[in-house]
Amino acid sequence: MSTRRVRFTFEGDAVKEPVIYLVGHEFEVVTNIRMADVEHDFGWVVLELDGDHDEIDRALAWVEAKGVRIDPVAGDVVES
Amino acid sequence: MTYATCLACRECGREFPLEPLHVCDFCFGPLEVAYDHDGIQSKITRERIESGPRSIWRYIDLLPVDEDFIVDLNVGWTPLLKADRLADRLGMRELWIKNDTCNPSWSFKDRVVAVASSRARQLGFTTLACASTGNLANSVSAHAARAGMDAIVFIPHDLEAGKVLGSAVYNPTIVSVNGSYDDVNRLCSELADDRHWAFVNINVRPYYAEGSRTLAYEVAEQLGWRAPRQVVAPMASGSLFTKIHKGFQEFQRYGLIEDTPVRMIGAQAEGCSPITTAWRNETTNIRPVKPDTIAKSLAIGNPADGYYALKTMKRTDGGSTAVTDPEVVEGIQMLAECEGVFAETAGGVTIAGLRQAIETGQLDPDEATVAFITGGGLKTSDAVVEHVTQPIPVEGTLQSFEAAFAEAPEAVGVGG
Repeated sequence: MSTRRVRFTFEGDAVKEPVIYLVGHEFEVVTNIRMADVEHDFGWVVLELDGDHDEIDRALAWVEAKGVRIDPVAGDVVES
Repeated sequence: MTYATCLACRECGREFPLEPLHVCDFCFGPLEVAYDHDGIQSKITRERIESGPRSIWRYIDLLPVDEDFIVDLNVGWTPLLKADRLADRLGMRELWIKNDTCNPSWSFKDRVVAVASSRARQLGFTTLACASTGNLANSVSAHAARAGMDAIVFIPHDLEAGKVLGSAVYNPTIVSVNGSYDDVNRLCSELADDRHWAFVNINVRPYYAEGSRTLAYEVAEQLGWRAPRQVVAPMASGSLFTKIHKGFQEFQRYGLIEDTPVRMIGAQAEGCSPITTAWRNETTNIRPVKPDTIAKSLAIGNPADGYYALKTMKRTDGGSTAVTDPEVVEGIQMLAECEGVFAETAGGVTIAGLRQAIETGQLDPDEATVAFITGGGLKTSDAVVEHVTQPIPVEGTLQSFEAAFAEAPEAVGVGG
């Protein structure tokens, strides 16, 4: 089992989709929302994902395919 | 003895021990070092600081490091130049340039890495790590070498060889990640949780960020113990920008300088300007972007401290600018031609942002202003190589010189 802390950023139509619900439904991953700010056409959610490492990877790939941007909670860590 | 007492969450205020932590376990907000302000207040004086070394370590009472663990490359105490010729060009009355190109690895990153590496040593780490495309990797590699620590640097696989050299010479382990920029981000974030390595801007980020405050301390001291009325600083993650302001506030709190307001104005390149875009749209919700600019050292599409940079601008009646790549090149040239300082592209962003801030009324040209130049120009020479003066070819005879020189009199000032 492993834990991953990530930030989802939703824009446009992706805001309307129940993506986080579906992650828990489609994958063996437990989602735990810790912070969020969602407007009508934009929003972000910081959450913790618990599950098997590879299963989390599969879930995140699926989320990304839905047009949701995924980042580490600390933001970009690659600096000049 | 350090006066750092704990790490505190910037969102919910929960406190954590001074360990390699960067995110609040409860709300996932960023952690920041907290200090015993009474202890500092009882000890710190202008005289005590003035008698310290000519480096950032003259401010050790304000840093989260014990003296025995300092990794000392003589970072900081860089020149503050009165920039009269550039001020004239821009129609300003009092302009100063804080020239951080003079650091050991030629960028301000030495300040943050000096603090992070020292704290990492105090925490028992023997390996420094980072993910970087340039300045940060150079500084981490140099500090690790100086401290006798191991260094491991992660780079995107398509990074130009020239940019790797500035790190490779210090003999770190360099890992070239075959993937996108986002893949490097994710890999390093996972590794920071998994390995006993001090990733300077991930698991020891709260200490790392503290090093930027020394820029404000030095400016205040070099101005004769006063704060400027206005500051222009480049913004990537937004951390440098917020910490400069915090530095001035702390000097005011401890009575080292007068309590005068400092207006904070940020500068970004248009091709990566999520903070300026949010500022212009009057929102604190920052929309991440895919960077596309020659100002690579500011190319952070999802800035971790962007929200706090916006709050700093608002609180100080400041502003935010975004400049085009051609304006960045002009900014580099203006600074070099007027003041003899060769800056990297981030410096071009600062100078072009300064000009834009004047033109848009965000900055008062009659007030004392400091512009922060954060890295040396040889790091990004590609950006200006096609825009600079070309040599006049001549044969080795006076006749040839006179003939060629007569055709290009503007190339050299007319002399006797």
